[in-house]
Amino acid sequence: MRAFAELLDRLSLTASRNAKLTLVRDYLRSAPDPDRGWALAALTGDLTFDAAKPAFIRKAVEARMDPQLFRWSYDYVGDLAEAVSLVWPARPGANREPDLSQVIEGLRSASRAEAQGRIEAWLDALRQPRERWALLKLVTGGLRVGLSARLAKQAAADIGPVPVSEVEELWHCLHAPYEDLFAWLEGRSEKPTSENPARFRPVMLAQAIDEAVDFAKLDPADYAAEWKWDGIRIQAAHEGGVRRLYTRTGDDISRTFPDLLDALPPDVVIDGELLVIRDGRVAPFADLQQRLNRKVVDAKLMATHPAAIRAYDLLQEGAEDTRTLPFAERRKRLEAFVARHSGPRIDLSPMQPFETWEALAKLRADPPPGDPQAAEGLMLKRWDSAYEAGRPKGPWFKWKRDPHLIDAVLMYAQRGHGKRSSYYSDYTFGVWASDPAGQRFLTPVGKAYFGFTDEELRQIDKFVRDNTIERFGPVRSVRAEAHAGLVFEVAFEGLQRSTRHKSGLAMRFPRINRIRWDKPPGEADELEALERILARIETA
Amino acid sequence: MIRPQDLLCPKPEGLYCAPGGFYIDPVRPVDRAVITHGHADHARAGHGAVLATAETLDIMAERYGRDFTGSAQAGAYGETVTRGPVEVTLVPAGHVLGSAQAVVRWKGLTMVVSGDYKRRRDPTCPPFEPVPCDVFISEATFGLPVFRHPDDGEEVARLLRSVAQFPERSHIVGAYALGKAQRIIRLLREAGWDAPIYVHGALERLNALYTRRGVDLGPLEPATTAGRKADFAGAIVIAPPSAMQDRWSRRFPDPVSAFASGWMQIRARARQRGVELPLVISDHADWDELTATVAELRPGELWITHGREEALARWAELHGVPARALALVGYEDEGDD
Repeated sequence: MRAFAELLDRLSLTASRNAKLTLVRDYLRSAPDPDRGWALAALTGDLTFDAAKPAFIRKAVEARMDPQLFRWSYDYVGDLAEAVSLVWPARPGANREPDLSQVIEGLRSASRAEAQGRIEAWLDALRQPRERWALLKLVTGGLRVGLSARLAKQAAADIGPVPVSEVEELWHCLHAPYEDLFAWLEGRSEKPTSENPARFRPVMLAQAIDEAVDFAKLDPADYAAEWKWDGIRIQAAHEGGVRRLYTRTGDDISRTFPDLLDALPPDVVIDGELLVIRDGRVAPFADLQQRLNRKVVDAKLMATHPAAIRAYDLLQEGAEDTRTLPFAERRKRLEAFVARHSGPRIDLSPMQPFETWEALAKLRADPPPGDPQAAEGLMLKRWDSAYEAGRPKGPWFKWKRDPHLIDAVLMYAQRGHGKRSSYYSDYTFGVWASDPAGQRFLTPVGKAYFGFTDEELRQIDKFVRDNTIERFGPVRSVRAEAHAGLVFEVAFEGLQRSTRHKSGLAMRFPRINRIRWDKPPGEADELEALERILARIETA
Repeated sequence: MIRPQDLLCPKPEGLYCAPGGFYIDPVRPVDRAVITHGHADHARAGHGAVLATAETLDIMAERYGRDFTGSAQAGAYGETVTRGPVEVTLVPAGHVLGSAQAVVRWKGLTMVVSGDYKRRRDPTCPPFEPVPCDVFISEATFGLPVFRHPDDGEEVARLLRSVAQFPERSHIVGAYALGKAQRIIRLLREAGWDAPIYVHGALERLNALYTRRGVDLGPLEPATTAGRKADFAGAIVIAPPSAMQDRWSRRFPDPVSAFASGWMQIRARARQRGVELPLVISDHADWDELTATVAELRPGELWITHGREEALARWAELHGVPARALALVGYEDEGDD
């Protein structure tokens, strides 16, 4: 339990992706079977428990110490699992510290009442607060240490090393504690078989096109174009009676979309965009967001927010793996398939024929009325491209629409993490609004922490330090007046109404596009400019 | 019958001993002061006369210059000094080099001012000595049951594991300049780390003082920019806590920021400071040490000077020891700069 606890502890405070990979990979290399397999399952979210509710944990600790002292402790720490892990009194003569696998197996074989007794006995036996904290994270469901399932799989793949796509393709036929996976990664046995129905196929992704360089080298005749829809890229599989819906990282989200899966025709694996479609029209992204990340599926919500797939590609048809076929051939089969099964739950992402790059650029800049207005841009796919895992350079490009731009004023800066911990690198910016008396004031509209070079970061950091007004822990407020302050040209992809922000608006993907050292803050944009953009989006 | 408050009572300047005419750890300049240890919030410059251990006087002179007080008197551990009718004895507190409890006796009444203290072993100073007393006046910096400092050897082992795991990065350990920095260095030496340890300029004078006083810190190098960034790959650097988020830290390759402090027990504190590797190493007594000390001494009364007084007071009351919070102001939390 100690090594696993130390891993979680470090992950929870580590920001850098590479450092996280090192921590997980080193753990998986050194921990014994089956501990490491259970740990991997917990990290990928394939193993969760909700064996203990907060009320039970609280009762258990209050039975062991003065409740007033516990209340003060909890108030001070602010997090129940952490407070309990710290105050849990040592019990002399407690049992031997349990291994991670003993805990997992103990939880799996226990009824709810039994599990609670076991959890208390383990808390008694674990010597370090860190271990008790890890146990409480494990039994209350969801580790939440800032590690994606994909990164955990990448760390496992690094043991081989093998490409992470191989691990991903295998994933859904593997079972925790994955001893066969580790045996293969360490060269001790054959690769486990991936021939199980409705498994996840690693997804093919596109490079962003570099307009200045790429078009000169590319022949329009080699490429197909279609809209890049603004939803969630998914893979839908229906094989051997098994239906599954995966995100592009292989997370199984089938349970959240039973309405969609019920409508999925058999013997097929489709790549597409998950959207909310009402009366044949794509609803705003915010509508899809309401259906994501829900544990309990709400019948009313399914009716008001019907999910659908707009199909891009066909990966499997009956017994045939079509991924090695050229895109042109896959597309033909996809069209035939959708034609046979077309309905409100599945439609086709239409091709956009074009002769020249200029013509396509015009289409992208000025999409026809209807759904394309809300598209993120265009996708370019070589007619002869096979469906390859990962992000190969050349066969597929994404060509996003030009972002929205506004000029906003830097208001607050926060210190970054990891490499950036000595820099003020997270910026809250605002635009001008007016109070009823006509007095102009800045209202925050968003936050961005990328889009600038290291050199620019140094310059902004210096500006923040030289123009600090107040400090609040890691945050500084910065001078922002009509004639003194710093203006950012902020780029963003979309805008929606939000009650979480004072301004009532929330941006999608905001980033610093340019630093306007030359521009007086008084000339930055007003809130009305954002309202106008929003109105355009809402009427589109 | 004399009352404890006739011997020692809290005043805005600090704890005042009326019959002896002196203050203990006064936060403002006074005529006569007894100083328990050299941390700046307890040991201030400008008093008329100071009684402290020779090590503490040495530390004060290093920080404030030779003329930090009108006159100085060194009291050896265990030696009794009189101030009028009052006897004062300095007894080891185990906090930092030279740290002492002030044992004050008058008319058969014994009161012990713990100063800051801890009960566990520290390779840079002698251990706390319990003195039976009528009133124990305790600190309570970590006076909440959430503060349970782990074994410091295990914390240093975690640091060394991280150094091995990330050989291309440097590890900057934030540590209080007096006491914590030298203790970390000693613990690293005991754990077998004999490579040079790089130190921030702000630590150099106190390191030299510790070395003069017989604490072997091994090879130390200034953490200057003379070399290339890569020279610090795999290095351990000790710096005052404030330097870690300072521009100073940019000379190191992708540094892992570590921080050695009792506050690092609380995850949110580590997160706020951007600490990637919190090391729970403190020079103060944790909850278990505070309560065990009260249980061991079983004083007639417990007074609490500063920290989270209410929890320790409650614990003492629940265990039959009358307790009183003095709420003295001016003493800072450890490493809370």
